[in-house]
Amino acid sequence: MTDLELQLAVERLHAQYAHALDADKLEEWPGFFTENGRYRVATAENEERGLPLAVLYAEGRGMMRDRIQSLRHANIYEPQRYRHLISSILVERVSNGEVRSSANFLVIRIMQDGATMVFASGRYLDRIVLPEMKYHERVVICDSRRFDTLLAIPL
Amino acid sequence: MLERTWPAEGATRVPYWVYQDEDLYREEQSKIWRGDTWNYLCLEAELPGPKSFVTTFVGDMPVVVTRDAEGKLNAWENRCAHRGALVCMQPRGTAERFSCIYHNWTYDHAGNLTNVAFRNGIGGKGGMPADADPESQSPKQLKVSSLNGVVFGTLSKSVPDLETYVGPEVLPRLKRVLKKPLKVLGAYTQVLPNNWKLYMDNTKDTYHASLLHLFFTRFRINRLTQGGGVFVSKDGAHHCTYTEMIESKDDHYEKEGVRSAGNQAFVLEKPEVLQQVDEFGDRVSIQILTLFPGFVLHQIRNSLAARQVVPKGVDRTELHWTLFGFADDDEEMTRRRLLQANLVGPAGFISMEDGAATGFVQRGVAGSPERASVIEMGGANVGSGDSRLTETAVRGLWKTWRRYMNV
Repeated sequence: MTDLELQLAVERLHAQYAHALDADKLEEWPGFFTENGRYRVATAENEERGLPLAVLYAEGRGMMRDRIQSLRHANIYEPQRYRHLISSILVERVSNGEVRSSANFLVIRIMQDGATMVFASGRYLDRIVLPEMKYHERVVICDSRRFDTLLAIPL
Repeated sequence: MLERTWPAEGATRVPYWVYQDEDLYREEQSKIWRGDTWNYLCLEAELPGPKSFVTTFVGDMPVVVTRDAEGKLNAWENRCAHRGALVCMQPRGTAERFSCIYHNWTYDHAGNLTNVAFRNGIGGKGGMPADADPESQSPKQLKVSSLNGVVFGTLSKSVPDLETYVGPEVLPRLKRVLKKPLKVLGAYTQVLPNNWKLYMDNTKDTYHASLLHLFFTRFRINRLTQGGGVFVSKDGAHHCTYTEMIESKDDHYEKEGVRSAGNQAFVLEKPEVLQQVDEFGDRVSIQILTLFPGFVLHQIRNSLAARQVVPKGVDRTELHWTLFGFADDDEEMTRRRLLQANLVGPAGFISMEDGAATGFVQRGVAGSPERASVIEMGGANVGSGDSRLTETAVRGLWKTWRRYMNV
């Protein structure tokens, strides 16, 4: 893969991820990760303080499937959708088997009554494995430490 | 102003105007938050060394908490004596002194005004007259008390010492968790679309836990059929509820047909998120403790946290979560606490719903300030007991609130 092809492949992966979440295809979410892939929603403040706490943390697809199962069948929250906007995507080839990516995101949350707000902004810091094109690690660093009401759907 | 009439039923009713009245909100600031109460400020672990500070709130009032050069804890209003600007803008750090950016008035770690820029003028011109008394508008200084690493403050001159304030029913349960030096794991804020009292009321409500939080019930973590109980302080202000670790095999929820039971068998693929080490040696899996007016301490399995309730207007509340472990935790315990953090906070399998439910109340009662909640589970009493199928601690909150507010 040339650098240009790699850039496009990573951008396509981020776009597919965003479309799946925004279209409520939450069951597809674990499939974007490797079997042992990690997903962590952190805050810029905790990262700067060197504190390990995540707002949401999953180690491997099993934990991700547990979260989706819980969202579908156990947790109660008002129906809502996200709209992800992902931009400024940097791609860095680490080896033949691994790519790192850094991208900005903005997530707008739309409630069932139409109430719309900027719900989160921040950066995705990703480790992606080749040739599978799956996230081995996705760290979502939110710019703000504040979360409005609840964070149900993954970012 | 809304009609403030308390329903004739008394302790078993809470009228909805208590969540809506703007004047009442302002009165609460002086009568409760800045009144005869002890308020959570921060953890001592956030003030690691001499000259360190954090900023926090007591109700609406911004506060600076410091550890001075000698290691003594201080807390003072984050308001400059001159024009009222915030003196300290950083959330935390270390400082030799605190200077207001506006006109460089300077304070020591105890919040004493130590320097007024050009107070005596320049070259005999300008400056303040000799009899000026800018110190008369100095930031208010709070009395500070630390209980096993948790720092509380009060503006009151008459409130009893912190341990007496908490009382013998709840104090041992607080010390049970705070048994060793703490280590901060991280923090975040959950913004709740409701009055602050709806959150306190929810936290004291032992009846809702296994009905609202399906995760508890479906995965059989907390059912009212499990052993447990509730402690309420004599005055009703503070409470603690706990659940024992023994797994419930009952089918009461299924027979009652409640939503939380569901009709499918749920099994977690990765139950590590729930695997608890009995670190306190008493087989308690969940303990939720509240101190009036706005402090919550939780132990949910091995997840430990302080939650600070910060009111932000009549229908908005911030919940400042600080998750912690102990300074001597090994790597495995830290990993366990970080995994179990998935149970709490805005994305918590359990806690995410509290903001939703209390927000629904705030919206639901919009047209009925004169109507009231029915809080009659367990009768009309306020007291400790071995059943959590009661609203006794909720009644305790309202008994206390009415006493402070003279309602």
